[in-house]
This record gives sequence, C-alpha cells and structure tokens, in this order.
Amino acid sequence: MSAEVDKNALRQALVQRYGEDITDRLERSTVAVCGLGGLGSNIAVSLARGGVGRLILIDCDRVDISNLHRQQYKVCQIGMLKTEALSENLREIMPYTDIVTHNVRLTQENICGYINEADVVCEAFDSAECKAMLINTVSEKMPGKYIVSASGMAGFGKPDDIKTRRVTERFYLCGDGVSDVESEKTLVSARVALCAAHQAQTVLRILAGFEDRA
Amino acid sequence: MVKINGEQINADGRTVEEYLSEAGYDKKRVAVELNGDILPKCAYADTVLKDGDSAEVVSFVGGG
Repeated sequence: MSAEVDKNALRQALVQRYGEDITDRLERSTVAVCGLGGLGSNIAVSLARGGVGRLILIDCDRVDISNLHRQQYKVCQIGMLKTEALSENLREIMPYTDIVTHNVRLTQENICGYINEADVVCEAFDSAECKAMLINTVSEKMPGKYIVSASGMAGFGKPDDIKTRRVTERFYLCGDGVSDVESEKTLVSARVALCAAHQAQTVLRILAGFEDRA
Repeated sequence: MVKINGEQINADGRTVEEYLSEAGYDKKRVAVELNGDILPKCAYADTVLKDGDSAEVVSFVGGG
C-alpha cells in the first residue's frame, strides 16, 4: 500500500505542471507559517503540495476536538502538538518537503529568531492583536520579508467577499476585512480554507516571481 | 487633506497617534501604512500627517 515514490519522480511531476524554472524557484524557497489553525494548517498543505522546499511551522497549541471541523488534523491526532500532527500529515502527502517545527508562542520579542530564514512569512493567527503584532514587528525589524496576512474570514458570509490586496510592496492582506469571529460567533470550514487558499496562492505567486511586476 | 482608507480627511497637523485615538481605533489591533510603508508603532506619536499624505489603517479582526 505505501509504495515508495522517489524524490525525483515527485519533482518531475511538478516540473510537468510548472516547468523547470518555477519548480526550482519553489524548491529553493522557505516559508514560515505562524499559527497552525484553520488558516495555517490549510496554507501548509497547499504549500507542501505546491512544491515549496522548506516550511517552518510554528504553533504552541495541541489538536482539540473543536479544531477538526476546519483544520487539517484527524480524530486520532486529538491531544497531539499541532506542529507534530501537521508534520506527520505533510510527510504522508509530500515526504520530501523539509519541515522545521517550533512549538512556541510567538511574541514581538522572540518572533524574528524563528522566522529569520523565511523568504515569506504567513500570518495565520486567530487573534487580532497577534495579527497586528506580527505585521508591525516583522515590517519594522525585518523589512525585507514578504508578509501574507489574513483578516476577516469568520461566519457564513459569501465566498467571493474574500479578496487579496497588496497593501505595501511586501505586505499582502487576504480576507473580507470585517467578518470578526467575535461578532460572527463561528468559523466555517470552507470560508477559512478559501482565505487560506488566497494566502497560499499569493505566497506561490511571490516565490514564482509573478508579483515582481506589480 | 490626508487620504485615509480612500477618503479625504482633514487630519493635517495631527499625529498618527492623535488621529487613531480620535477615530476610535484600538491601537493593539492596527497596522498603519503611510505613503507606501508600514509605520513603526514607536513612530505614531511623533509622525505628523501632512497635506497630500496617503494612509491606510488596517484594523485586524479575529479568526483563523
């Protein structure tokens, strides 16, 4: 059942989709995913499938039963660290993606040390304060980093209200901007995944060179 | 006049800190883009908005 697929065969399958140049760009890239909930776990799956060579996965939580409706974890992983559970799932999907994990709560004091090697930083936190902290800290202390963030994806709102905007040269914001989990009272799997897909596609466009020409 | 979140606002002469307070923003939940760059939080109190400036206050909401 678990047939071994060699690294080169998986790479060639990507080359058929993208060509050699883009495959190579993505393979040489590192992306940090900060927060491994509904956004981050979906972003990581898309980036691993999409051919990003190295992922830095950061979260301090464990998988909870309340996560399963929208996050890329399984019932059998309840109680596991999210970093470990997601690494396990990604290894099954794409065994040759280089995965680095940090089981830590990110703060403005420690964040730069964990994301230093990333070409692009994905903000995938739940709390509005943490989102703002990441954008402000990374923009100020590491101005060369691309940041892809999300705000406004809660509730049963329409799918096409989710947008991606380039706020500055290196800061992209996905979401509808207004749907707050506090007022909407819920998060819905497909809408969160849709916003995560906006973030992942933006990361892939940046890494593949499609955003240089904006 | 200062263009803030797409609207022309008479905020010339006020600091970013003053504008955010008057407009009712929660400073812990915002990032401020001014003329193409994210303004460091430590500069809010000393940065005076000028005629012709363009700014965007990104006010984050929770969920992820």
